[in-house]
Amino acid sequence: MSKADLDKLVAQFPGAVVSSHSNFGDDTAVVTADQLKDVMRYLRDTAGFDFLVNVTAVDYFGREPRFEVVYHLRSMATGNRLRIKVGLHEEEGGPSAEVATVSDLWPTANWQEREAYDMFGIKFTGHPDLRRILMYEEFIGHPLRKDYPKEQRQPLIRRDYSLG
Amino acid sequence: MAESYTTRLDDALNWARKYSLFTYPFVTACCGMEYMATAASKYDIARFGAEFPRFSPRQADLLFVVGTITERQAPVLHRIWMQMAEPKYVVAFGVCASTGGFYQNYNTVPGCDQVIPVDVYIPGCPPRPEQVLDGLILLQKKIAEATTWVQRRDRKELELAAQSTDGRKRLPVVA
Repeated sequence: MSKADLDKLVAQFPGAVVSSHSNFGDDTAVVTADQLKDVMRYLRDTAGFDFLVNVTAVDYFGREPRFEVVYHLRSMATGNRLRIKVGLHEEEGGPSAEVATVSDLWPTANWQEREAYDMFGIKFTGHPDLRRILMYEEFIGHPLRKDYPKEQRQPLIRRDYSLG
Repeated sequence: MAESYTTRLDDALNWARKYSLFTYPFVTACCGMEYMATAASKYDIARFGAEFPRFSPRQADLLFVVGTITERQAPVLHRIWMQMAEPKYVVAFGVCASTGGFYQNYNTVPGCDQVIPVDVYIPGCPPRPEQVLDGLILLQKKIAEATTWVQRRDRKELELAAQSTDGRKRLPVVA
């Protein structure tokens, strides 16, 4: 549908687009983390993608870059769709994976980036309120990371039920 | 003689209590639809004296835990239970409330009995209204026999049971 938009994006940011494809009609561009903000601003203001459908993240444990943040965009005027991905490295013992927030471009990104932070520990720099959104404050770690043991609970309260 | 009077009085009270249960539905998930079906005219939980859901725990004596309890909700459930007037009873409605159901993960409490004492477990995903009524009748039977958790605690049976298993005395459980 929006192959033309994808081609324009690649022409506009030749250095930012790492790779792109249009497999099965899903126009996708992988961009570098440092230029994500410029790409997104261009897509919103010039290319007309006024609706951010969702923001999510993927943990490709064992692969580099380990994390990928995925943005689905849509233009309400033309109905075109575009997928933007950004790969994020996580340094060993260093800072967590970081990428610039887009919550100032699309307010809907605010809570969705909080969810990606909660579940994957991805830090969205410049986010106005980067707190956990689903898990509780006391929770340690990020449960959707592949190295989090999926049945490891962190109870807030348990009854002493030695008495029946 | 005095003892037999007390027993007869308890029997009369329990008979009255089992036919006037005021339900607090703690509804968190899809089981809520079956709860509504049970409470509505077709299955008509009113036939068993439990027709009036009170949405304030202060006015209820039967806590229906209807649906999945997450770790984040568990303190809320516990507080609701603490706020209820005594004597109070708890029914785990459906497999999620009973055991955590098919959720074996980091955020689901594996059964609400990890947080509060449960008197009757109703299996099913979700249970049919007939099962719920069956569970309610079972609870009425337990109230009449004075074998619910609260009644056993009041008779100090729980402490005795704990002592007999390992010989050590433990502090009475609040929850």
